[in-house]
Amino acid sequence: MSRGEILILWTLGLAASALAPFLFPAVITQLTFLWLMILFALTWDIMGGQMGYNSFGNIFFFGIGAYACAVIQRDSGLGWHLAFFIGMGAAALLGVAAAAVLGSGILGLRGQYFAIGSLGLGIAGGEVAAGWDYIGAGSGLSPPLYPGALGRREIFFYFLFLALALICFLALRRLYGGRFGLAINAIRDDEDKAEAMGLRTTRYKTVAWCISAFFVAMAGAGAGNLIGFIDPRDVAFAGVTFGVWMVLMAILGGKGTLWGPILGAVIFHITQELFWTYLLGWQRVALGFLIVVIVVFFPTGILGWLRERHPHLFGEAVDAGAGTDGERGAS
Amino acid sequence: MDNLLILFNQPVVSLQIIVDGVLVGAILAIAAYGMALVWGVMKIINIVQGEFVMLGGYVALAFADAGLSPLWAVPAGAVILFAVGWALYRLVIFRVVDRDLFISILATFGLSILLQQLANQVFTADVRTAESGLVSRSFLDGKIVIAEVKVLAFVFAGLVGIALWAFLKHSRLGQAIRATAQNARAARIMGINTDHVYAMTYGLNAAICGAAGALVAMTWVVHPYLGLPYTIRSFMIVVVAGLGNLPGVIVAALGLGTAENFAGFLLGAEYQIAFIFCLLVAILVWRSRRLARQRRYLK
Repeated sequence: MSRGEILILWTLGLAASALAPFLFPAVITQLTFLWLMILFALTWDIMGGQMGYNSFGNIFFFGIGAYACAVIQRDSGLGWHLAFFIGMGAAALLGVAAAAVLGSGILGLRGQYFAIGSLGLGIAGGEVAAGWDYIGAGSGLSPPLYPGALGRREIFFYFLFLALALICFLALRRLYGGRFGLAINAIRDDEDKAEAMGLRTTRYKTVAWCISAFFVAMAGAGAGNLIGFIDPRDVAFAGVTFGVWMVLMAILGGKGTLWGPILGAVIFHITQELFWTYLLGWQRVALGFLIVVIVVFFPTGILGWLRERHPHLFGEAVDAGAGTDGERGAS
Repeated sequence: MDNLLILFNQPVVSLQIIVDGVLVGAILAIAAYGMALVWGVMKIINIVQGEFVMLGGYVALAFADAGLSPLWAVPAGAVILFAVGWALYRLVIFRVVDRDLFISILATFGLSILLQQLANQVFTADVRTAESGLVSRSFLDGKIVIAEVKVLAFVFAGLVGIALWAFLKHSRLGQAIRATAQNARAARIMGINTDHVYAMTYGLNAAICGAAGALVAMTWVVHPYLGLPYTIRSFMIVVVAGLGNLPGVIVAALGLGTAENFAGFLLGAEYQIAFIFCLLVAILVWRSRRLARQRRYLK
């Protein structure tokens, strides 16, 4: 595709995204959640896809963000918008700080130990929040209601998440295209070798986790308000729903690719909404089934599969002897 | 921290906590040994572990509801869960055995969510307990109370452990399982059907967890979401003890049971699960630090 065509596609895509809430007002909340899902998948892929650190614990920063923002909204006494944006900034800061502090310990774990350790981190967050009275303990926390007129609230959150997802995507595209992207890919392919080549792997890993945490924490701040009620285990630190879905979406689309997580998020979100509509009561069972099916039968994802079949589409030289070891990442 | 003072002023309370912890730890030990078995033989970290425990618990509940003594559910749970584990291997697990470890973690995590939600649909989310009809006895003028069912659970757990050990040591299949754990490829060359060994290992693990789950249902409670903490406890015990180290597993499990009871007493019961997960993170970080130090010495 030429530059012009790409520009036209981008314009069309952005126009469609901006108009969607006005054209389909009935599904605006689902569309907002779609952007949230895209954010989840993109931020998970920084660690899981590009760096080979399969994290089940990114939800931890989501929970921190949701609580930080809600507490500031509750206690600051400022106007709704001001308090919300300050809260969101605080959420981002706190998320990054938590990632930097925890990263020094947890990012030293490799492979399956990292996966289980980060899973434990996410669940520990939920359990601690469920016992902590200051943030509402087990009965949760409700952020103050959006003050605007009816219908304005949905529009506000739609564009908030659209903007977040867009910024996240552009930032990641830029990062993956540069030295940072090469460095974290080197860590995925062989961490010891990368270290031996003089790469400061610990620093890169921590920075990658901080970037992930930055966006996830802001998403959490927004999502706490969007959902309107922060339950410690089912919303903020929802390890077995959001926490697994982000992994699944990235894998479904093709982890380690820029567009894969987005594709995976769109397909997964639509499937999940269909489950809610047609399998009410059994939708969670169906989701568990879906996870198993995707992981067992489709672990390379849609883009990974396309890449294997048509490597020239991805700008790779077709070499009969070359394997696809890079796709598999560090185990 | 008022409770800390109680511990100092009333040492007998500590004794009570330790006794409870050791009795609890025995059940954790057999579940952890099952996980070590699957991990060592199949190179899979089995996240479904806790759900097997949960299903075993529901077998005990079914026995109690039918008017039978839930004690019978210990062998019955083992048999039923063996079938469940074997079927899961034939349907799903065999496809992920040779693959990337992360794929098998995610696949078993998916299975765990599936079973958990199925249990939620079928048995509802009620927290229940299987009445065994056994009483509690007090010692030292009522300062120490020991529930008979916990002692029974301890004995049963010991019996399961011994039976398993003897099976692995002396039976033909047990030897095949150990051979496969040492080197699957060499075992295949020697004529061992490793696929069959994997299926039996996975079924055996589920059976152990089923027995453990029946004991859990009699001793404490059962609900659809109790699985993950048991998985994490098993994982932690195996990480601390190391693979194939039965005495280590027993010591680590009894230690974890005691530590958990102390934490529950000091921090309050609402933080007990939080303690388990925080301990997991701490243990893993401590382990990686220690390994990093060893690497530095080697340099």
